[in-house]
Amino acid sequence: MKNHIAGVVALAGALGIVGSVQGANRDIVSIVGSSTVYPFATVVAERFGRSTDFKSPKIESTGTGGGLKLFCSGVGAGTPDITNASRRIKQSEYDDCQENGVTDIVEVLVGYDGIAIANSTSAPALTLSLTDVYLALAKDIPGPDGKLIPNPNQTWKDVNPSLPATRIEVLGPPPTSGTRDAFAELAMAGGAEGLPDLKALSELGAEQVDEIKAMMDKLGLNAGLYDTLVAKKGKAPKGKDIFVTVAYAMREDGAYIEAGENDNLIVQKLEANPDAVGVFGYSFLEENGDKVQGAIVDGVAPDFETIASGEYPVSRPLYFYMKGAHVGKIPGIQEYAIEFTSNKAMGEDGYLTDRGLIPLSGDELVEIQTNVKNLNFLEL
Amino acid sequence: MNSMSDSNRSNTTAAIAASLKKRYARERRFQWYGRLAVLTGFIFLFILLTDIVIKGSPAFTQHFIKLDIDFNTEVLGISQNATAEEISGADFSAVVKDSLRTMFPDVSGRKEKKALYRLISIRAEYTLRDMVLENPALLGTNAEVWLLAHSEAGSYLKGQVDASAPESDRKVKDIQVVWLDTLAKEGRTESRFNSTFFLSGDSREPELAGIKAALYGSLFTLLVTFCLAFPIGVLSAIYLEEFAPRNRLTDLIEININNLAAVPSIVFGLLGLAVFINFFELPRSAPLVGGVVLALMTLPTIIITSRAAIQAVPPSIQEAAMGVGASKLQTVFHHVLPVAMPGVLTGSIIGMAQALGETAPLLMIGMVAFIMDVPGGVTDPSTVLPVQIYLWADSPERGFTEKTSAAIMVLMAFLILMNGLAVYLRKRFELK
Repeated sequence: MKNHIAGVVALAGALGIVGSVQGANRDIVSIVGSSTVYPFATVVAERFGRSTDFKSPKIESTGTGGGLKLFCSGVGAGTPDITNASRRIKQSEYDDCQENGVTDIVEVLVGYDGIAIANSTSAPALTLSLTDVYLALAKDIPGPDGKLIPNPNQTWKDVNPSLPATRIEVLGPPPTSGTRDAFAELAMAGGAEGLPDLKALSELGAEQVDEIKAMMDKLGLNAGLYDTLVAKKGKAPKGKDIFVTVAYAMREDGAYIEAGENDNLIVQKLEANPDAVGVFGYSFLEENGDKVQGAIVDGVAPDFETIASGEYPVSRPLYFYMKGAHVGKIPGIQEYAIEFTSNKAMGEDGYLTDRGLIPLSGDELVEIQTNVKNLNFLEL
Repeated sequence: MNSMSDSNRSNTTAAIAASLKKRYARERRFQWYGRLAVLTGFIFLFILLTDIVIKGSPAFTQHFIKLDIDFNTEVLGISQNATAEEISGADFSAVVKDSLRTMFPDVSGRKEKKALYRLISIRAEYTLRDMVLENPALLGTNAEVWLLAHSEAGSYLKGQVDASAPESDRKVKDIQVVWLDTLAKEGRTESRFNSTFFLSGDSREPELAGIKAALYGSLFTLLVTFCLAFPIGVLSAIYLEEFAPRNRLTDLIEININNLAAVPSIVFGLLGLAVFINFFELPRSAPLVGGVVLALMTLPTIIITSRAAIQAVPPSIQEAAMGVGASKLQTVFHHVLPVAMPGVLTGSIIGMAQALGETAPLLMIGMVAFIMDVPGGVTDPSTVLPVQIYLWADSPERGFTEKTSAAIMVLMAFLILMNGLAVYLRKRFELK
């Protein structure tokens, strides 16, 4: 009796697997990609699912790089239809896509994300250059002889005589955060490029091995770093790769404090401590304008217009990429993209703006909407 | 001679009597340590549970706000005899906004208006749309409708917001407090049981988020896990214990099984990604793949416990069966397995409970995702309960804190149910 039951159970399991393999066609849009775009994409997915007859898309937060890798792995129901990205697709990723038959890609710019460097309104507003930010927060900075030394700067005045003599105390996101990545890429690297030696290093190509090594020597970098990068990448690194390891390293002596992913918490701490400076997404600056003020960076104050126009240096565009080959095969892809780019979502008063997305200008939006409607494919 | 042994005996008795007290004391002390250990564990459990229940219980109610809705065709932008399609496309949020503005006419400015509209959940427009779709005669008329409150307004109405705190420290602003107090005074607010929490899937709006999709996902995943792990595990255990020859090969297999039981679960997720998704091209995010991966993870547990249970069956039962001429197969299935069944079931349920709480391997196969729709089968995309808890705990919106705790309560209820089933089955089999 019992063995019969076991047999039936096993058979049912086996049948389930066979049945499912036959039904491999999807009727749900599959989205992967950036964790920065995830909160916006999920809101669109939800509204889309509620207001249309399509099933609401499923969205995984895999990070921009991971998302593009999955996206470019091929065409078919097993691969995602859309990937979100908090930067533009790289040439290498585009080539990877082409190689795997993902030739028809629609690029959709959805808006901007600014990163504010702010302090309490009870203290005077800061005016910083990106180089000031780098010199204040980098783990190692070039010393008087040009060699990298552990960051000796204790006060803002040490960094730049025109700044106040308050201790450097910056509250910012931890390495797991997308905001941190963007901050490192835009502010730290941007600031490091303001220093001649580091800028020269970043411009050297992979074939200029001797120049790279000479520059590393000049900066007092351990030659072992080059070999480590060779081992990690499996090929000769560019000067940029070495530059990045130097520029992205934040100091760990207490001047930069990882305050967790909770930007609200940073705002509260800034309010309590007028000497502290915080790094967080622009939407929190806007929401808490009565408590904190954004620093003027490279002469530009962070506000709606300067971030949207790209004038404010610590801002980045947000994208998603759509697989043209899946449109018409998997229901709802294009309709989802149309919903995402509609005025009621991405427009100036749209529901995504309420969630902190900095919208495109009117002309840009119209162009993106046409791209989505006509499926204009990306050429790189 | 006699007196010698007598004195010896009395010496021994004295020594025993002397040490007796010490030994009793030692035993008492040990009992107290034991009680203390149990008590400590219990206190921790109690604190954890109270915390979860206190945080989670508000999630089971939600507030509704009564509005006078004017289904004005002009505001909706459709004609009096609009088709169903036109009604579906109409802007029902406009009538909600209209109604709020009529109720609080002195609200001006973009920011204040936005704050006013934020009192009502975005579900309102879909509720109204469905009402009109069902009864198109409503167009052009007025009606009093109970609409779901926004989670922030709801948290104020639930008394979770301290209105005396500085305005900047809370999500509900002073002006909203005034509106909500007015609404409450007019009897326009009502607390109801939160059926949404059990009847809908995930959402980015805390007041609309529900557990159903994750619950079904967990059910489907566990179904697949059970269908694979139980028969395979029990049959392997029987074969290894009763039929397999003892040689190097079976020793090797045994060592491997024991090793597998200790492999971190994420490794099974990587295996699932490489084999089932990339090679067999099974759908991503599906309970089928999740179930198979978790089955692989629970197999060693089931095999090891089943083997132990089979080993514990008294040999006399087997010998008696063999003695009256039963074959080996008959002995195993008619006599050994029924006696071992309670142990086998306990092991399987422990394995299943482990699988129910697992998230790490599911990350790799795409089950950690935002999925709104309730899955209808093992190939539909879905998440599971612990993943839902993780996703909500990670959400920026305050309203998700209580949902997280409530979801933990549901998960624990699920576990208690499974363990209850195990106890019941064990009792049934023991009666035989």
